Amino acid sequence: MFRPETAGPLNALVQTLLHNPHPTLSAGERELIATYVSGLNNCKYCTTIHGAIAKHQLDNDGEIVKQVRIDPETAPISDKLKALLKIAAKVQSGGKNVSDADVAFARARGATDIEIHDAVLIAAAFCMFNRYVDGLDTWQPDNDELYDKMGEQRAREGYLTKPFKVERTEETI
Amino acid sequence: MAHIKLLNEELPGIVGLLYYRPETGKPLTDLAETLLRGPSSLTSGEREIIAASVSYWNKCHFCHTSHAAAAAAHLNSGLALIDDIKAGLPNTLVSDKLRALLHIAHQVQGNGKNVTEADIEAARAEGATDIEIHDTVLIAAAFCMYNRYVDGLGTWAPGPNEAYAEMGERMAHVGYGRF
Repeated sequence: MFRPETAGPLNALVQTLLHNPHPTLSAGERELIATYVSGLNNCKYCTTIHGAIAKHQLDNDGEIVKQVRIDPETAPISDKLKALLKIAAKVQSGGKNVSDADVAFARARGATDIEIHDAVLIAAAFCMFNRYVDGLDTWQPDNDELYDKMGEQRAREGYLTKPFKVERTEETI
Repeated sequence: MAHIKLLNEELPGIVGLLYYRPETGKPLTDLAETLLRGPSSLTSGEREIIAASVSYWNKCHFCHTSHAAAAAAHLNSGLALIDDIKAGLPNTLVSDKLRALLHIAHQVQGNGKNVTEADIEAARAEGATDIEIHDTVLIAAAFCMYNRYVDGLGTWAPGPNEAYAEMGERMAHVGYGRF
């Protein structure tokens, strides 16, 4: 690990936001927000790994993940989650872009304060993680099966356990 | 007024949010403490200048002004630094290494993929180490989070630079451990 001093709080943050029990949002719903925002930031690694984790948190249903990435409006998810994803997209483009109307729209679809708070913070946090990963041009595997395996591990164990050993057999961009 | 009902509406910027959700407040402040005040070959003043500059580019008034005030407290430069950061530091003596790192931070602010090998080489040529480049990228990335968190929830922030003087002193010399 290059910098354990910063890895500690970063892992604690993602564990709290995405994996720890939440009063109302499932881990699958929260992973969908992370995946969607990472897609908007064009971060291939984060989109693929959180998409795989989301799939494993959603009873192994990869179709929901795929459809959310294409267009949340037509995806088979709740109206509340659609409204939260709309807020997340606004956060991705700039915090000030979230309007009173966006928040009122989410509330009308049943979103609570803590759900709005967490949707904003998940979106904001992935604007950090995506830039961290891509800004340092990290090596990323190009193997769907491997991402699926890593996703299964993180969905089950959370973010505080050691990764399994990945054989670096192929160079990818 | 913020987009959500905070426990204390008078706490400015991120502070009210940290109290609203301490489960996330703890890792968020631990990260800031490590990045801005932990052991590093970059001074805390230099690191706060990076944080304040990124926040200015993201148009986050609270984070820009408070972190610029913290930089001013570390550097004993006076609050004029707040506006000098907006202008790209024409009146502040900063090293060529820090200017190269600020360029990397600006690229990260746009998108991580904007950082080029030439940007990294330019920083190395001014003496930047791997860990300094790492920390610059992570400070810039982290403020792309903090800024969006603060503005995305519509938090309140004081206007004038002078209102941030005491906050900057506290951030610089007491730190982020107790929010």
